[in-house]
Amino acid sequence: MSTKRTVDVAIGTSGLDEQGRPRRAPLTVNEGGTVTTLEPPPALEDALELEGEHMLINLGPQHPATHGVLRLVLELDGETVVRCIPHIGYLHCGFEKIGEYRQYNQVIPWTDREDYLNSIGNNVAFALGAERLFGIEITPRCTVLRLIAMELSRIISHLVWLGTTCIDIGAFTPFLWAFEQRERVYELLERWVGARLTTSATRVGGMAADIPAGWMDQLQHFIKTFPKTVDEIDRVLTTNGIWVGRTVGLGVMSADEAVNYGLSGPMLRASGVAFDVRRDFPYLDYETYDFEVPVGTHGDVYDRYLVRMEELRQSTRILAQAAARLPDGPVDSDDHRVVLPPKSKAMSDMESMIHHFKQVMEGPRPPLGESYVAVESPKGEKGYYMVSDGTAKPVRWRIRPPSFVNLSAIGKMVEGHLLSDVIAINASIDIVMGEIDR
Amino acid sequence: MGLTARPSDNLARTDTASGSGESWVATRLDLLVNWGRAGSLWPMPFGTACCAIEFMATAASRFDLARFGMERMSFSPRQADVLICAGRVPFKLAPVLRRIWQQMPQPKWCISMGACASSGGMFDNYAVVQGIDTIIPVDVYVPGCPPRPEGLLYGILMLQEKVKRERMSDASLRNEMDPDPESGLYIPPQAIDELSEPFGNSVHQTRSGL
Amino acid sequence: MSASFSVVIPGSAAPDAPAPATPRHLPNRGGAVNPSADALRARFQGGILRVEVIWGETSVYVERLRLGEIVQWLHDDPSERYDYLSDVTAVEYRDPEQPIEVVWHLRSLPYRRFLRLKVELARDGKTPLEVPTVWSIYKGADWLERECYDMFGIRFVGHPDLRRILMWEQYREGFPLRKDFPLRGRFSRAEQLRQALAANPEARYSMEELTVAQAFEDLPEAMRKRLKGGERTGE
Repeated sequence: MSTKRTVDVAIGTSGLDEQGRPRRAPLTVNEGGTVTTLEPPPALEDALELEGEHMLINLGPQHPATHGVLRLVLELDGETVVRCIPHIGYLHCGFEKIGEYRQYNQVIPWTDREDYLNSIGNNVAFALGAERLFGIEITPRCTVLRLIAMELSRIISHLVWLGTTCIDIGAFTPFLWAFEQRERVYELLERWVGARLTTSATRVGGMAADIPAGWMDQLQHFIKTFPKTVDEIDRVLTTNGIWVGRTVGLGVMSADEAVNYGLSGPMLRASGVAFDVRRDFPYLDYETYDFEVPVGTHGDVYDRYLVRMEELRQSTRILAQAAARLPDGPVDSDDHRVVLPPKSKAMSDMESMIHHFKQVMEGPRPPLGESYVAVESPKGEKGYYMVSDGTAKPVRWRIRPPSFVNLSAIGKMVEGHLLSDVIAINASIDIVMGEIDR
Repeated sequence: MGLTARPSDNLARTDTASGSGESWVATRLDLLVNWGRAGSLWPMPFGTACCAIEFMATAASRFDLARFGMERMSFSPRQADVLICAGRVPFKLAPVLRRIWQQMPQPKWCISMGACASSGGMFDNYAVVQGIDTIIPVDVYVPGCPPRPEGLLYGILMLQEKVKRERMSDASLRNEMDPDPESGLYIPPQAIDELSEPFGNSVHQTRSGL
Repeated sequence: MSASFSVVIPGSAAPDAPAPATPRHLPNRGGAVNPSADALRARFQGGILRVEVIWGETSVYVERLRLGEIVQWLHDDPSERYDYLSDVTAVEYRDPEQPIEVVWHLRSLPYRRFLRLKVELARDGKTPLEVPTVWSIYKGADWLERECYDMFGIRFVGHPDLRRILMWEQYREGFPLRKDFPLRGRFSRAEQLRQALAANPEARYSMEELTVAQAFEDLPEAMRKRLKGGERTGE
């Protein structure tokens, strides 16, 4: 298998200069895509020699650019960040504890609300984990539907990232464009499962509902028209002097560091590590789809932007392939341990009714065991680790939160940068506090 | 299409016929002030979780919060009129929310957006405040998990109605709530326990053993 | 440093391995064992207590005190190269007799392998809730271990900064994910709220983390007082 490198920084500047210091943000983009850079800022050691006291700045927990309730305590020397201490937990809601008190199907509404930009993707991830724990194989139609759900979810999550990051960095228009496209995906989701954001779309062994008639046409229309918006945003941002100036060379992580810090998703790929769970530890038959894993070469904020933009296009590609191959057939598996009898039978047939009653009141019981299923969420490797002791409720439901691990590297990334760049670096991580604090 | 003179409404009239060119307004002071306040509320989005995403959707192009005079998000509480608490509020965040509310100048209102902010919602556990009304006074509760943008807009319209009914002479509207010096709480502990008690079936769902 | 940017491709160390595919029809017990488990057995005879394969995932139970050494070897050995730490967590079973398990999920990107390491902490009253840290090997373990400590009270010996991370530092109710911790907390709602409002975690700057701490005595009197007292700042 070869992983094509599809993204390179078109602009002739590297994230770091020869001494390994972050390069000063360039100000102008010349014709042909080259960038004129300014003198690099003094390195951290030089800056420390300047006289004057350090200052503490408290950023958050209520700040429009922290994407939630993150709190950063920044120690500044002038405008340069000497140290950054993140404080999290302001949105700790005890998801994992609640999961131990709920049956497997009842946990699914909580997965919506934990990474709430990626609700339907979490639903699928949880269902995959629970199905491994039960030993259930899902139907081909369900597999493709779930894959469509995951890629739609990736698109809307990246769109929120794009919109809010643009606002942070000072561009408002792409936010409106991105949210207009999000509304279109919301319409699709709403027709499918009835909810816009908190979908609870899956069940263990199947989906909450099959897609309604005409849904695929709407999806096809979306697939056809959505890339236009990506191109528009691309045109507005990618060679925009301000955008480039505020993103190139910031928050650089080398490949080794990124792996060592456990980064995943676009953060890791922007640093030049082509690790994508979809490709390297596949699920939902991802290995049979033709898509490329975009990889950055400088590991800075700009590369993360490029990687996510390319992922939007690749997701659209995957969606088109999935839409073309959606097979007919049942959505729910026929495993009677987890799947409810049809309502008509439950209302007329005694055995089915008892089955239905026991299924709902007592819940399906998996065998003793444990499973860790990781999926490629828009933020990175999202894993659900479930342990069963044979009862109807998990002993432990662990969420491996990608943005939690990604955020833990922020102290390293912002060191030596200007205070205003902290905003851009923080935005580039694509954090979701609901997932970080759980 | 050129500009045309707007028809006079019931609030302000321009007397151009007399040729003096002076404008004059005859109204009740309450009505005028409340009209002005209701039509230009500056929201302070205290967005924590899922509801904040729907709040952003409300502010974006399709639902366009600007139609109600609220396009100016005030991320600083000191210039804000309405605190929109969008999302769940864990205990760790409670002092933060309380402080933001204290920093807002009078007159101020609060919209509790979503089930979690209003009642703790589905998070009936050790970490989440069971309704922000145990910390700050709330004017409008918007149900939903999360509420649709239409729901939030309806809540905002309800708040505008409420603002329009206020009387300037009623000083009690502007009272700041002080904490009880002994307990440091804003409402009596019994009331908090009662408000936080789960209703109906949820008791049995979570306490039925394992 | 800029020269270090080259694309790293997972699976590059094992070019002949079959292409990864979606796992299907996994058996509950048994099945293909991760080859690292045998290598571990050969290398650390006594340190490896047992190996289980559940739903196709290999779990290696290791001895508590030798964990650091084992992980270091897995990370460094050219035939293993577990360079990526996915997760650190713990499991407490409902049966109070059963040991608490600390779980590490490791990935080897060059070989595309996934391995679960487990340490059992017996509930005999003698075994301390302590395991060695892997922070020195994986920087990403920092917050994961802190969270595990916060939620379970398991101490990671050698971790440089083992403090609560999700709950506030003065949180007094205990470790929320332990089974003896009630779902709704130990105190009444009013008491929980009172403690939370009194804690005001926002006003703490964790002086010890800052380089300012070294210059603490040189700070102006008023600032010293404020930082020490943990009182409200900025108001």
